[in-house]
Amino acid sequence: MSEPLPPFQRFLDEHRDAVWRFLVCSVGRLEADDCFQETFIAALRAYPRLRPDSNLRAWVLTIAHRKALDAHRGRTRRALPMADVAAVDARSESLAPARDEELWDAVGELPARQRSAVVLRYVADLPHSDIAAAIGCSEEAARRSLHEGLSKLRKVVPA
Amino acid sequence: MSKQARPSEDAGTVVALERAREMSERAAADAASRLAERAAAEGLADVSYTAADSPFGSLLVAATRRGLVRLAFPEEEIDSVLERLARRVSPRIVQAPAPLDPVRRELEEYFAGRRRGFELPLDWSLIGPFGRKVLRVTSAIPYGGVLSYAEVAAEAGSPRGSRAAGNALGSNPIPIVIPCHRVLRSGGALGGYGGGVERKRWLLELEGARQADR
Repeated sequence: MSEPLPPFQRFLDEHRDAVWRFLVCSVGRLEADDCFQETFIAALRAYPRLRPDSNLRAWVLTIAHRKALDAHRGRTRRALPMADVAAVDARSESLAPARDEELWDAVGELPARQRSAVVLRYVADLPHSDIAAAIGCSEEAARRSLHEGLSKLRKVVPA
Repeated sequence: MSKQARPSEDAGTVVALERAREMSERAAADAASRLAERAAAEGLADVSYTAADSPFGSLLVAATRRGLVRLAFPEEEIDSVLERLARRVSPRIVQAPAPLDPVRRELEEYFAGRRRGFELPLDWSLIGPFGRKVLRVTSAIPYGGVLSYAEVAAEAGSPRGSRAAGNALGSNPIPIVIPCHRVLRSGGALGGYGGGVERKRWLLELEGARQADR
């Protein structure tokens, strides 16, 4: 017999970080909250009909992905020039929260493979071998993507 | 770019990423609690739960649209309480204090000795048919009063069912509010209590119920 569905609150607690980060990287901090609410409201409505052996993380990230696409359709994507990010970050310590958000924006601007490598390493805490498996490349290539991504991010982090 | 790693500079980036992760975790936790509150307020959740202060420590209280469905003592495993609610009532369970405000208020008044009866609507979903008979009889025992297991069994329609009545009382999912602490052994001895006999004695003393025997 398979495990029954966990109480929704536990499902929310277990996947909220992954969904939040995915949305911040996909649609930016400002729209992440609306997408987050819509994602979990949709999940809550459908929840009791879910098969208990479903992959819950994959399921909720699929919903989040759709909500992110809807958000993208609702506006023209605004690119954040690196130069502006660097200018913001050169300012004082009191801007720390803004700077962290800018850093996430900068992560979102990385080329796909580098972004995935950085997010999987520093957000999901995966070892290099798992990052390689997730991206579908060799471990050496995963290390290289991670290193290149970090080099670009270094420009938005004050020395 | 150079193929050589530059560890000291990477270290700064790593620290910044870790800090960004902490910020992100806080933001996600905030977003999740707003979601849970909203789900409860808009009626999208079937069960809401929260903690309620008591002289025994922190109780877990859970309610459906119908009313209070569960009250758990501090030593009960929250996960297994919620899992049982998910199986028996609905998996749409969220942690949201607002729907439980009346429950917490009445419990607080009761523990302070300012309330002699609860006016809370109850949801009997976790209670089977025989348990309902027994616990309805129990609900009618007034503040300060007591009945014996045999008397409760007889009133529930099973004069020989003291033991079964005892079992039904022992698995009361809403103790305190359904006052199973007011049911004693025939000689006046306390008998058992799901939350521990010390608490049964404490509740009876709070209510000023006569105590013949310990």
